[in-house]
Amino acid sequence: MVKLNDPKNYSKNMKSYQPSVPYFMNCLKAFLFGGAICVIGQSLQEMYIHSFHFTKDNAGNLTSATLILISALLTGFGVYDKFARYAGAGSLVPVTGFANSITSAGLESKSEGIVLGIATNLFKLAGAVIVFGVVSATVFGTIRLFIEHLLK
Amino acid sequence: MGKIGKQTWRFEKPIYINATGTTVGPLESQGPLKDSFDKWFDKLHCDEKNWEAAERKLLQEAITICLNKGNQTTKNIDIFLAGDLLNQTVTSNFVAREIQIPFLGLFGACSTSMESLALGAQLIDSGYAQTALCGVSSHNGAAERQFRYPTEYGGPTVKTKTFTVTGAGVALLSQKTSHVIVKEAIIGKVVDWGIGDPNNMGTAMAPAAADTIYTFFQDTGYNPQDFDMIVTGDLSSVGSPILKQLLSEKKLDISKNHHDCGLMIYRPNQPVSAGGSGCACSAVVTYGHLVKQLTKGTIKRVLVVATGALLNPTVIMQKETIPCIAHGVVLEAAGGQNS
Repeated sequence: MVKLNDPKNYSKNMKSYQPSVPYFMNCLKAFLFGGAICVIGQSLQEMYIHSFHFTKDNAGNLTSATLILISALLTGFGVYDKFARYAGAGSLVPVTGFANSITSAGLESKSEGIVLGIATNLFKLAGAVIVFGVVSATVFGTIRLFIEHLLK
Repeated sequence: MGKIGKQTWRFEKPIYINATGTTVGPLESQGPLKDSFDKWFDKLHCDEKNWEAAERKLLQEAITICLNKGNQTTKNIDIFLAGDLLNQTVTSNFVAREIQIPFLGLFGACSTSMESLALGAQLIDSGYAQTALCGVSSHNGAAERQFRYPTEYGGPTVKTKTFTVTGAGVALLSQKTSHVIVKEAIIGKVVDWGIGDPNNMGTAMAPAAADTIYTFFQDTGYNPQDFDMIVTGDLSSVGSPILKQLLSEKKLDISKNHHDCGLMIYRPNQPVSAGGSGCACSAVVTYGHLVKQLTKGTIKRVLVVATGALLNPTVIMQKETIPCIAHGVVLEAAGGQNS
């Protein structure tokens, strides 16, 4: 048996003492909860198109806005983090997770004031998403432009 | 002859814990040890405006309770030793501002509970203080915010992660006879075996706890069966089996009497992942539950080893690992000696 009293190889040998990560269940839960959020989003979009006669693009924007509002409210009521504990990546990836990261950072920084507290810390977690979102949009936008030109 | 072996102090004078004060938050008061705590708050905010103020209130209330139980006023206390997890140990500093007792601020992460108790006993033993007040605090919201994410941020459950205990524990020490006596203390070395995952502090701290416990038994010549309980601070369900394995490889079997405060304070079905952590974790369990058991006489001798992960949120991002430390204190039931 491998000896655990070995400082050099501890980070490798301790692995057999770690609780197993339920990858399959995590994926399944993420699929179900993330999927459910998307179903709600899709229903909202259909509702905006068919009941309120918005164009598809406008309905899409409204759908994101509605989901963000719901997520922000649930964060404020202290529900979203409990939901996320079960939903895992299912609640992290959609726009609701993004809204939660911004709202929670804002709530937490309230005690330091509006400018240096809330405004400074609002994008503490979401900042990375925005940076890489903009960078990758630029890169892929450029690639798409080139390909379109080549195909013409 | 205060020092025995390499790292252990054996106090020459009898030093007693005259009184203790413990305050906890809502989740801790739903745990199995609820009745051992002096006061609990139903809301994490403890009726304060922010987490940091809430933590100060927890410590302040624990001090008030402790002094009342010990029939003491702040004027008669010679030294206040305290620490917490927040930057600049702000909770302890601000509470020390209010109570006006000569103050030494300490930081040993979650090991500060036993660090302060050992130092308090040492100062009395060496004659530099007649009465010492030792206290620590931690607050889940304040700690999460500083070390991890905002409280309301929703992230997936990580099984190895520990949950910072909201609470404060304070002990009043002097030579006035009482039910619980502080016999020995061991000061630990900083041990770092290369774990850099702040969500797995149990694994990171286990070697430090093992080092302190092993050295303690070497220094004192005690056997594990001389103790009713060997209690670690916050190794959690992940670090505890590792500690037992590390020690059993060195022919030290503590499996029969080992307990972990992080596992004692919550029920298994509470949403705390691997168990409790934080300065208050070992403090409220020791000063609440264990001191009560020692007073009743249901246990006679206990070794409390508070474990601390000396991690820094900035440096950890620079791919550094987590240095860890563990300090131990031996508490004994003093029998029928009433104060």
